[in-house]
Amino acid sequence: MTATAPTQAPPANGRLPWLGKGIGLFVLLIGGVWMLLPLGWMLSASLMPLSEVIKVPPVWFAPTKYTVGNFSEVWFNIGFWRFSLNSAFVALTITTCQLLTSTMAGFAFARYEFPGRTVIFIVILSTLMIPFQVIMIPLFIMMAKMGLVNTYWGMIVPAIVTPFGIFLMRQFMLSVPKSLLEAARIDGASEPYIYARIMLPLSKPAIAALTIFTFLSAWDDFLWPLIIINSKQKWTLPIAMSRFTEQYISQTHLQMAGAAVMFLPVLIVFLLMQRNFIEGVAMTGLKG
Amino acid sequence: MKRGVSRLQLREYLWAYTFLGPAFFFLLVLVVFPILFALWISLHDWSLIPRDFPWIGFANYAEAIEDALTRKSLRNTLVYTIGVVPVGMSLALVLALIMNQDRLPLRTALRTVYFIPVITSWVAVSFVWIWMFEPHYGMVNNVLGFFGIEGPKWLASPTWALPAIMLVAIWKGLGFSMVIFLAGLQSIPREFYEAAQIDGASRWARFQNITFPLLNPTIVFITVTGVIGSLQVFTPAVIMTTRQGEAGGPIDSTRVMVYHIYATAFRYNDLGFGAALAFVLFALILVITLIQLRVTQREFEYG
Repeated sequence: MTATAPTQAPPANGRLPWLGKGIGLFVLLIGGVWMLLPLGWMLSASLMPLSEVIKVPPVWFAPTKYTVGNFSEVWFNIGFWRFSLNSAFVALTITTCQLLTSTMAGFAFARYEFPGRTVIFIVILSTLMIPFQVIMIPLFIMMAKMGLVNTYWGMIVPAIVTPFGIFLMRQFMLSVPKSLLEAARIDGASEPYIYARIMLPLSKPAIAALTIFTFLSAWDDFLWPLIIINSKQKWTLPIAMSRFTEQYISQTHLQMAGAAVMFLPVLIVFLLMQRNFIEGVAMTGLKG
Repeated sequence: MKRGVSRLQLREYLWAYTFLGPAFFFLLVLVVFPILFALWISLHDWSLIPRDFPWIGFANYAEAIEDALTRKSLRNTLVYTIGVVPVGMSLALVLALIMNQDRLPLRTALRTVYFIPVITSWVAVSFVWIWMFEPHYGMVNNVLGFFGIEGPKWLASPTWALPAIMLVAIWKGLGFSMVIFLAGLQSIPREFYEAAQIDGASRWARFQNITFPLLNPTIVFITVTGVIGSLQVFTPAVIMTTRQGEAGGPIDSTRVMVYHIYATAFRYNDLGFGAALAFVLFALILVITLIQLRVTQREFEYG
């Protein structure tokens, strides 16, 4: 996916090409405002006291008073520091595990001919379509049997491998020239060396894409933690946020501060490495 | 080559299985086995509390067809999908076409802006939009009021709650589809347009005869993945509608299939029925995907 390459658009015809472009740009700008207003308001409201947030007529971006009190309330008193750590730990562990299993499996498919190669690949492909909802009930029973309910591992284990990750890495690694690997072998490199020092560096774009995709899905995951976690110490950010619908139902300012805690770290990383993000998501592109 | 396996080959097989082993093992344990287990559960009256789980055959599936709440959840899920996917896709295509013009100012910045909702967590987004849709001081109704339109009560209205969630989904997914479309547009060779222009083809004719057909794989990709994702909508439909611990309101107007499955299994403790409902959803996804692929008559490529 080369979303950032200079475009090859059809040259505009008609007498006033700049007019069409102007209208187009105007439409894009209106759309852009629609994209940013809700998030801008979120950040703005996260810095307002409640009295300002619910003022009529509303002041969305220019309150008389700004405060960081909401953040300290959410971070220290409600305990978002803990939930952020939980979320980060779970998402990072899942991402690491998935990268490891996917790149290894992808390497096996791209590098070797072996009995069962096709059959195993068909099994993996056929699980690609299975929605998580089908397996979440048996997974819960299995986790309960293994004593993993309400543990970090209970959150992590079901996500340590995905058919999608294997598929993505296989597709990418198949495009790596075999001669490169063969040359390394002739030079006496061991197989683990070829995997770690030759294949992995050559697969950087796919690895970046899978990292971003997996981390974002794990960071955002709501359904599985909701099922598997019940003690507050182990809540992830989405679960903690969802409790706002019960305990702090009309505390808009705290909700927006909580939302900002979830949003800002991802936004910062995104702004720092947009190219990787956009191309990565376009590459993995299974989920919006 | 039906000769005996050489030592070198054997070594190669061993390495292959070593590298493939962990992934394949976990896939068998964590995906393949659970599918079969889910099928088994769906044929029983199963609960979270240990007891004997009687075999009841296809009774759970029969109940799924009869049950009014299930029908309502299916209906809501379909309405959501039929609304979100085509509208979101058309908007994204228009925006991508505009953005794909030569020397368009601000292009990179705009693309970044449209992509920000894509990377934002669904839970955060849901909370923001709860307040955007607040009838009195929420931004949506205030903007509508500016144009002299009196907005509905959105999430508090059985008529408007589902459309409100659909709007959020379109908003959040727009940048994603747009980026995919841009990539698709850029893969169309420029010479095609130049040749068409020499032949005097109008702008519309060029779109109809070059852009649209050559963009077909991209359109298929976006609709198929969009439908699969939309049929599994969960987070916004739960967060934006939870009142006193129950989601899917008002009067079940936003109860979607995944919430229905979750609630059936883990709140009403009917794992058998929940598993059957999950297979109903799976069947729906499968059938709609196959129909889409058949209609578009093209091979579908992932990635």
